[in-house]
Amino acid sequence: MAQHTEHHGEKLPAQTKEIWKTFWILLGITALEFVIAFVVDPDHYKWTKIGLFIILTIVKAYYIVGIFMHLKHEVKSLIWSVVLPCIFVVWLIVALIVEGGYIGFERFLK
Amino acid sequence: MASANTSTTAEHLMWKGGIQPMKVGYGKLMMWFFLLSDTFTFSALLISYGLVRFSFPTFEGLRHNFEFSNAWWPIPERVFEAVPFLHGVQAPLVFVGIMTFILIMSSVTMVLAVEAGHRRDKADVEKYMLWTILGGFAFLGSQAWEWGHFIHGTEHGLTLANGTKIFGANLAQNEYGPAAFADFFFFITGFHGTHVLSGVVLNVLVFYNAANGVYEKRGHYEMVEKVGLYWHFVDLVWVFVFTFFYLV
Repeated sequence: MAQHTEHHGEKLPAQTKEIWKTFWILLGITALEFVIAFVVDPDHYKWTKIGLFIILTIVKAYYIVGIFMHLKHEVKSLIWSVVLPCIFVVWLIVALIVEGGYIGFERFLK
Repeated sequence: MASANTSTTAEHLMWKGGIQPMKVGYGKLMMWFFLLSDTFTFSALLISYGLVRFSFPTFEGLRHNFEFSNAWWPIPERVFEAVPFLHGVQAPLVFVGIMTFILIMSSVTMVLAVEAGHRRDKADVEKYMLWTILGGFAFLGSQAWEWGHFIHGTEHGLTLANGTKIFGANLAQNEYGPAAFADFFFFITGFHGTHVLSGVVLNVLVFYNAANGVYEKRGHYEMVEKVGLYWHFVDLVWVFVFTFFYLV
């Protein structure tokens, strides 16, 4: 991060290579998601599709948070202060999705 | 190694106690923690959607036989298949795809503005902030159209068991599926849209200040970075909404 270069009145060259690389990665992954949505047979591979979508979403999130939000280049303590509390989200997903299945069983199948 | 920090860290990034926890400015660290709390809010909304969706039956037949009914959860790609100016054309997910592209693009121009701020290039910051604001408005306009279409519904609507027909969606009933489906649509995309709107307002303020030379006088463009974090977060949330509301 060449952040505090003294201002001499002349323009410094822009450092945009990594930004555009990330843009193409994000665009490529989104395009891939569309391909999967239309090509993979939903009747037989429903959970394969959902699994792929979730993995690709997490990859996209990694690039947005890591490169665009610059978290990848922050100090370790900041990275973990942001990433570790998200464990609670994982817990909530597991807890509530399982609960939702039971609610549905009680309401519609019993 | 607080003494080592003090000698190398820029004055404006120093906290009042003379040191700099986690090597970021105070405002930026607090922005991170605010975004973490916002992560929990959005996660709670999306996970509640998951809970309710799992508690409803799914359509049992093959995908191409799918019909809308209040008895089971709709398949999202069959709900969101309209595109402006292409009336009657079935183009599943194309319009949300365009909206996703708009938001990713405006995230790119935002990060370009942050990069220009590092170089203290006032003209470039202004240029990229304007593009980002334009992207924000484009997204909000698309969302307004999407809401309008969702609320007004299709021409054939849905015929209930008692013979009455319903068109479009409101909070009590909708032609796509259980009432909860439309409720979650309004709440989740609405809450995200509100974030986009406040992000646009912040971007306009930053553009105004940058154009008036406020940051030039201040000697740094850290404000662009802080608002940039918020803007990227809005993009990040959309990535998850796109997957869990539209794709899955």
